[in-house]
Amino acid sequence: MQRTDSIIIGRLTALLPLVIFVGLCSWVPAAVSDGAVSLSWDWVPGIGVNLDVAVDGLSVLFGLIITGTGVFVVLFSADYMAGHRHYARFFAFLHLFLLAMLGLVLADNLITLFVFWELTTLFSYLLIGFDNQNESARGHARQALLVTGAGGLALLIGFLMIGGIVGTYRLSALAEQSRILQQHAHYFFILAMVLIGAFTKSAQFPFHFWLPNAMAAPTPISAFLHSATMVKAGIYLLARFHPVLGGTEAWMGTLVVVGGVTALLGAVLAVGQSDLKRMLAYTTIMALGILVMFLGGKTTPALTAAVTFLLVHSLYKSALFLVVGIIDHETGTREVESIGGLIRSMPITTFGAATAAMSMAGFPLFLGFIGKEIMYAGALTEEMFPVFATTAAVLSNALMAAVAGTIAIRPFLGRPQQTPKTPHEAPAGMWLGPAAIGALGLIFGIFPDWVGRWLVQPAVAAFHPTVEQVQLKLYHGFNEPLLLSILTMALGLCLYLVRRSIRGWMADLMTRLPVTGDRLYEMGMAATARSAAGLTRLIQNGSLHRYLLTIIGVFTLATAGVWTLNATAFPALLHLPSLPISQWLLVILMATALGVVVVARSRVLAVCALGVVGSGAALIFLVYGAPDLALTQLLVETLTLIIVAIVLLRLPPLDKTSAARPPGRWFDGLVAVSTGTLVALLTLAVTSGPLDRQLTAFFEENSLIAAHGRNIVNVILVDFRSLDTLGEIVVVATAGLAGFSLLARRRR
Amino acid sequence: MPSFILRAANRVLVGLILVFSVYLLLRGHNAPGGGFSAALVAATGFALFTIAEGPQPVRRALRIDPLVWVAWGLLLAIGSGLLAVVAGQPFLTGLWWPTDSPTGTPAVGTPLVFDVGIFLVVLGTILTLVLNLEER
Repeated sequence: MQRTDSIIIGRLTALLPLVIFVGLCSWVPAAVSDGAVSLSWDWVPGIGVNLDVAVDGLSVLFGLIITGTGVFVVLFSADYMAGHRHYARFFAFLHLFLLAMLGLVLADNLITLFVFWELTTLFSYLLIGFDNQNESARGHARQALLVTGAGGLALLIGFLMIGGIVGTYRLSALAEQSRILQQHAHYFFILAMVLIGAFTKSAQFPFHFWLPNAMAAPTPISAFLHSATMVKAGIYLLARFHPVLGGTEAWMGTLVVVGGVTALLGAVLAVGQSDLKRMLAYTTIMALGILVMFLGGKTTPALTAAVTFLLVHSLYKSALFLVVGIIDHETGTREVESIGGLIRSMPITTFGAATAAMSMAGFPLFLGFIGKEIMYAGALTEEMFPVFATTAAVLSNALMAAVAGTIAIRPFLGRPQQTPKTPHEAPAGMWLGPAAIGALGLIFGIFPDWVGRWLVQPAVAAFHPTVEQVQLKLYHGFNEPLLLSILTMALGLCLYLVRRSIRGWMADLMTRLPVTGDRLYEMGMAATARSAAGLTRLIQNGSLHRYLLTIIGVFTLATAGVWTLNATAFPALLHLPSLPISQWLLVILMATALGVVVVARSRVLAVCALGVVGSGAALIFLVYGAPDLALTQLLVETLTLIIVAIVLLRLPPLDKTSAARPPGRWFDGLVAVSTGTLVALLTLAVTSGPLDRQLTAFFEENSLIAAHGRNIVNVILVDFRSLDTLGEIVVVATAGLAGFSLLARRRR
Repeated sequence: MPSFILRAANRVLVGLILVFSVYLLLRGHNAPGGGFSAALVAATGFALFTIAEGPQPVRRALRIDPLVWVAWGLLLAIGSGLLAVVAGQPFLTGLWWPTDSPTGTPAVGTPLVFDVGIFLVVLGTILTLVLNLEER
C-alpha cells in the first residue's frame, strides 16, 4: 500500500472516537438533569456478572476525555507512525484500548469493570512494547504489566470480597451499602486491596516507577494512555468508590498522604529531567498525586477540585505530549538543552505548546488557573492534614510552573540550534491536536461557569450527592486561594530561574539514593528468576527415572498416610482363593515374567517379559468377563512393546545406567514393592465391602433404550460420559503434539 | 534391512488388520470394540508396516500427515457434539437417525461420528510418535 494511502486510512479511523464523542455529547443533558441512565444485558447471570452500563456525569466526563483526546491522538498518529512496519497493528491496538477504556468507565458491574481494567493493562503492555525489537522497551512493557497486573489482582480480591459481603456486584447499588462495608471486620483489608489496585494503575508512590519507563511507548501513546486516560483509571476508581469506601479516617489519611507525597516527588523529579518526554512523565505522576490527594477529602470544594483538575490536566498534558512528539519527529531530539528558536520554523506548534503550558502553569484566563484556585480552596477544607495538603499543592504547582516554562519557553524562544534534523512545521494532522486542545484550554478558561455546569458539577454529583455546588469562576474576590496563587507564580518563577542547579543536585541525589522502587523491582525480578531456576533444577532435572520415582513415591506415601489416619478397618489377611489350575498357572506365569524383568540384563528381554505380565493381566480380565478391558489391555500392551522397542534399541545397556548400581536398585525395589503392596491392600479393602451397583444398574437399564447401544462400556464412553472422553482425547492430542515437537526438535 | 518374510507377511497382514480395525470401530456400540480399540489395532498395523518398510513408504501411503488426522479427529468429535446444540439440545447429546426405525434401534447417530473422532485422534497421535521415532 502507498504510504499516503495508509495515512489517509489511519486518519479515517479517527471517525470511531469521533462518533462516540458526539454520541456521548448527546448524553450530557440527561446526565446533568437526571443523574444516571443505566442499561443492562445478562452475561453470566448465575454469578451476578452482567454487562451493566451506567451513564452518569462522571462516566460522561471520562468518556468525553477518552474519545475527545482519542480523535486528536489518532489523527496525530496517522502521520507520526507513517511508514512504520506495524502501522495497521498500531491502530488496532490504539482503538481496542480506546474501547476497553470506555468500557471501564461505563461499566456498572464490578466484574465487568475488572475485565475492562485488565484489558487496558494488556493494551498498555502491547503499546509500551510496541517497538518490539528493542530490548529495553520490552523490559519496560513487562514492568508496567507486572506492576499494574499485580494491582489488578489485588483489586479483584477486593471486588470479590465486596460482592461477598453485600451480595451484589452492581456498582451503583454499592453506595447504599457503604455503612455495612465500612463497619465490616474486613473493611481495612478491602480498602487496602482496592487502593493497591488504584495506586498501581495511577502510578502512586511507591509504585510510581513504571510510568516514566512506560515512555518507551510511541509518543501519541504516552499522550493518550499514560497521561490522559489509562493512568486516570485509578482516579476514576477512587471517585467511584468514594461514596462506598470513602469518608473514613483510613481513606482520607491514606489518600492525602500518598497523594501528597506522590505529587511532591513527581514535581521534584520532573524539574530534575532534561529529556522533555520524561519530564512530562514525572509531571503526570505529580498530577495523579494531586488528584488522589483531593479524592481523599470529603468536602464539595475538595472533590470539585479533583474533577476540575482532572479535566485541566487531561487537556494540557495530552497537548504537551503531542508537542513533544512533534519536536522529536521534526528535530530528531528531545533534549531540552539542545533545542531552541523553534517558533520561527513551527509557529502553530508553538501556539499549542504555549497555550497548554500556560494552562499548566496556571495563568489567569486559562482553565489551569481556575483549576488551581479551586484546588487551593479545596485543600484548605481537607479534613485530614489540611496544612500538609495545602503546602504540597502550592509546592507542586510552583514546580509545575517551572516545568511549564522549561517546556514552552526553552525550545521555542532563543537562538535556533543545530539539531539532527532541520526543523519545519509538522503536517496538519499532527499540529491540529495540540493547537485545538490548547485553544480549548483557553476557551474553557474564559467561560468557566459553562464547564462547571455541564461537565464538572454533574461529575461531582455522580459520586458526591449534595445540594451544595461550587461555582467555577474567573475571579472569586481577593481571598486565600488568590494569595496562594500569587505565591505559586512567584515561587515558580524563582524555580524556573534556578532550574539548572536543581537538575544538577537531583542528578547527584539520584545516584546516592540507596533504594528506589525501580531497583527493588529489579531485585525482585532477579530473585524470582533465580528461585525458578533452582526449583526447575530440583524437580525437572531431565531424568525420567527420578520423575517416576517421585510420582510413585509421593502417591504411595500420601495414600498410605491418609489411609492410616482415616481407615476404620484394615482388610483381612490374605487367604488363598480356590482357583482352577489354569488360573494358578497364569498367576505363576506372570510372577515368573516379573522375576525376569527384575534380573534381566538386556532391555529387550526386560520389555518382552513386561509384555508377558501385561498380557497375563489381559487374560485375567477376559476370564472375569470384561472383554472390552481385555481387548484394550492387550492392544495397549502390544503397542507399548513396539514403541518401547523402537526407543530402547538406541539406549545404552541396562547395567551401564546409574539406576543399575546396587544402592539405587535396592531403593527402587523398595519403592516398587511398597507401592504394589499398597495397591493390593487398597483393592482388597475396596472389594471386601459391599459394591454399590447403582450406577451399573442405571447404565445396564438405559444403554439400549436411551443410547441405542448394547456395549455398555462404549456407550458410556461415547454417549453418557462423552464430555469426559472429549477431554481425554484433547489430552491425547496435546500429548501427541508435545511428543512431536520434542522428537522433531531432536532430529533437526 | 528387515527380513524378506516380514516384508512379505506385511503385504497381507496390514490390509487385514486395517479391515479388522474398521470392523471394530463400527460394531463398537453393540459389541466389544469402539474407536479407541480400533485405533490401537490400526496403529499396530501401521507399526508393522513401518518396521517392515521404513517410515517413508508409510507416510506416502497415509498421504496426509497424522498430526492433521489428530486435528480432524478433534474437529469431528466437537462437531458431533455441536450438532446437538444446533438441534437445540445440550452439547454432545446423541442424535439418532432415522427416528422411526422399524427395528426399534436407529441406524446411525452422532455417537458414531464422535467415535470416529476418537479413532482419528488416537491413531494420529500414535502414528506421529511411531513415525517420528523411526525417522530419527
